[in-house]
Amino acid sequence: MLRRSLQFALGRDVLGRGLGTHRGGSTLDWNGKMSEIKKKIQSVLPGGAWTQLHDTSYLPPEHSDVVIVGGGVMGLSVAYWLKRLERPRGAIRVLVVERDHTYSQASTVLSVGGIRQQFSVPENIQLSLFSIDFLRNINEYLAVVDDPPLDIQFNPSGYLLLASEKGAAVLESNVRVQRQEGAKVCLMSPEQLRNKFPWINPEGVALASYGMEHEGWFDPWSLLQGLRRKVQSMGVLFCQGEVTRFVSSSNHAETPSGEEVTLKRVHEVHVKIDHSLEYQPVECAIVINAAGAWSGQIAELAGVGKGPPGTLQGTKLPVEPRKRYVYLWNCPQGPGLETPFVIDASGAYFRREGLGNNYLGGCSPTEEEEPDPENLEVDHEFFQDKVWPPLAQRVPAFESLKVRSAWAGYYDYNTFDQNGVVGPHPLVVNMYFATGFSGHGLQQAPAVGRAVAEMVLHGNFQTINLSPFLFNRFHLGEKVHEHNII
Amino acid sequence: MAAPRAPLHLMAPVWNQGTRGIHGLSKAVAPEDSQRKGRSLLQFLADHFYDVQALREYLLRKQVLKVHQKNRPFTHIKERFGPHAAGAYFILKQGGAVKFQGKEWIRPNTRGRFSLDFLKFPEVPVEAVDASGSAINYHGLDNLLALKELQSLWLRHCPHVDDWCLSRLHSLANSLQELSLAGCPRISERGLACLHHLQNLRRLDISDLPAVSNPGLTQILVEEMLPNCEVLGADWTQGLRLGPEEQSRDTASPIPA
Repeated sequence: MLRRSLQFALGRDVLGRGLGTHRGGSTLDWNGKMSEIKKKIQSVLPGGAWTQLHDTSYLPPEHSDVVIVGGGVMGLSVAYWLKRLERPRGAIRVLVVERDHTYSQASTVLSVGGIRQQFSVPENIQLSLFSIDFLRNINEYLAVVDDPPLDIQFNPSGYLLLASEKGAAVLESNVRVQRQEGAKVCLMSPEQLRNKFPWINPEGVALASYGMEHEGWFDPWSLLQGLRRKVQSMGVLFCQGEVTRFVSSSNHAETPSGEEVTLKRVHEVHVKIDHSLEYQPVECAIVINAAGAWSGQIAELAGVGKGPPGTLQGTKLPVEPRKRYVYLWNCPQGPGLETPFVIDASGAYFRREGLGNNYLGGCSPTEEEEPDPENLEVDHEFFQDKVWPPLAQRVPAFESLKVRSAWAGYYDYNTFDQNGVVGPHPLVVNMYFATGFSGHGLQQAPAVGRAVAEMVLHGNFQTINLSPFLFNRFHLGEKVHEHNII
Repeated sequence: MAAPRAPLHLMAPVWNQGTRGIHGLSKAVAPEDSQRKGRSLLQFLADHFYDVQALREYLLRKQVLKVHQKNRPFTHIKERFGPHAAGAYFILKQGGAVKFQGKEWIRPNTRGRFSLDFLKFPEVPVEAVDASGSAINYHGLDNLLALKELQSLWLRHCPHVDDWCLSRLHSLANSLQELSLAGCPRISERGLACLHHLQNLRRLDISDLPAVSNPGLTQILVEEMLPNCEVLGADWTQGLRLGPEEQSRDTASPIPA
């Protein structure tokens, strides 16, 4: 009897035949039903994939301490330093919201990838020095157990800035400031330039500054992936979605001079999922605006700039997208392996790419010629009219070249003074900015991430003092003017 | 709710492979394909327990700190005896060899001991340094860059000498005549581009650099960059395919793939 019940349990009848195998097929299909029931039981048991409701793993969590809007190098750097500087370990929940996980329009990956210390503002030089230190020791900072070491393919070839008669005095004073901060820059006369780099035509150049160490270019995509990998291993959550709304509460307060101010605090961030009307309200304590070229829109959503113009409430975040073109050309007789990143006095720049005599270059257009930032289409006429002539004049070998490809990317352009905005907003008290770097964001990202993390965790800047870069300067009109913006 | 960690375990990292000393590191040139079944118990446990992962991170950090400890500066020797003596002491401590001007090579013996006679003559400059196989890195290079009359530098098979280190060598441009970088696993053609500052260089050895992507082309570009220098390295035919007639003639020598 035991054997018969066992046989029945195993799906066989008294005579040992399968229960489903009747003549002409079975209508009951016991075998199939049994396997389905077995699968369901396995999924309900702990460790299985069964959920009572439908699967919501693509949605962000409902609560997060810090929400970082923007998953480019700036946002990931802030996430990294937040997790690294938090005490105790695991105390802060961080969520990074990135609209496009392919990074197709992100400024980080479309960047030319240069890093230099040749700025005129001391804070910029310090930021860049810290960042190069970070990049040199990247495998100590971003080491993940069991993963291969990161290779950002750094070319330590340095930057060469050329100045005409007009700009020579400014260049010299800049080099003095840079040397004071610890950058290794040397000045060269046109004669020395011709000796060192025989392919240069020094006509019209009065002075040149050459960075010997800590300058060069690297691959931004590997930095991004390295940061992403490390930050995920530290427990930061990623979500693919778009921030569409901030729910905030207001509080009225009085300044010492008797003025009424409205302080706002963001309580919820609504993250909308792609191709769907679904959104998730994420309760948060702090929001970090690292949205790059779109930071202005995010700031408007949070209520920055809603007020009468001229007041602090009415000061908008002056960051807007500006399109910049990069062209890749091949020139078989071009400058050799030692070519630094050359920035001509006219604003055109180029650098070598790889071993095959390919060069990357471009030029920033003047205010009147700014292209429409609606899309990332490339204007090839711009190369013919504005980039090629000054470069061919500076490097005679470039008279014969062949353009291989081109692309366009956005600068998160700060229309006020072309320097970054870092730190909290005075009225929307829990929104921090890390944006507006106008083309030098990638090279300052590790240091800015640290500064923002220190601001969030300690309330002040500890390693590099970035108080000249706070939001207040837009209302007070204090420009931090940087001469060397490409 | 955490994003699933993609199992990026196909390539074992260069530094984590149970290296015993620096010689193990210099052999581990490229990350090998260590499939799941080859992974150790510790790696398996680290996947499943946070504590074990923290332990592995700690062990990794200790390895890194060990290299940094080897490259610490000897400031007390530098202040007392001068930069040449400090640099020589540093190199000898690493297991390398030093040659002072007008004297013989000083090497440590098999036990790592070396004579301290050179401290008696602090003004004599160092002429040649052989730091092959040592753990010298970017920070340790500080000691070498103070040797302003160095003529010959050998950095063969140094596992921590990379492109960043090469960018520092420009301060030796006035005196350096011979440089050997053979067999360093982390040097690529991007670092070799910095060598154009060394205008007095007469002999450069860049053979057997595994991280250089195209050795033949790199050799040509380096020769163009340093016209007065004799560059030893890859043969320019390396990587080229021979034509059919030459192939049948050259059956004796191996044809590189």
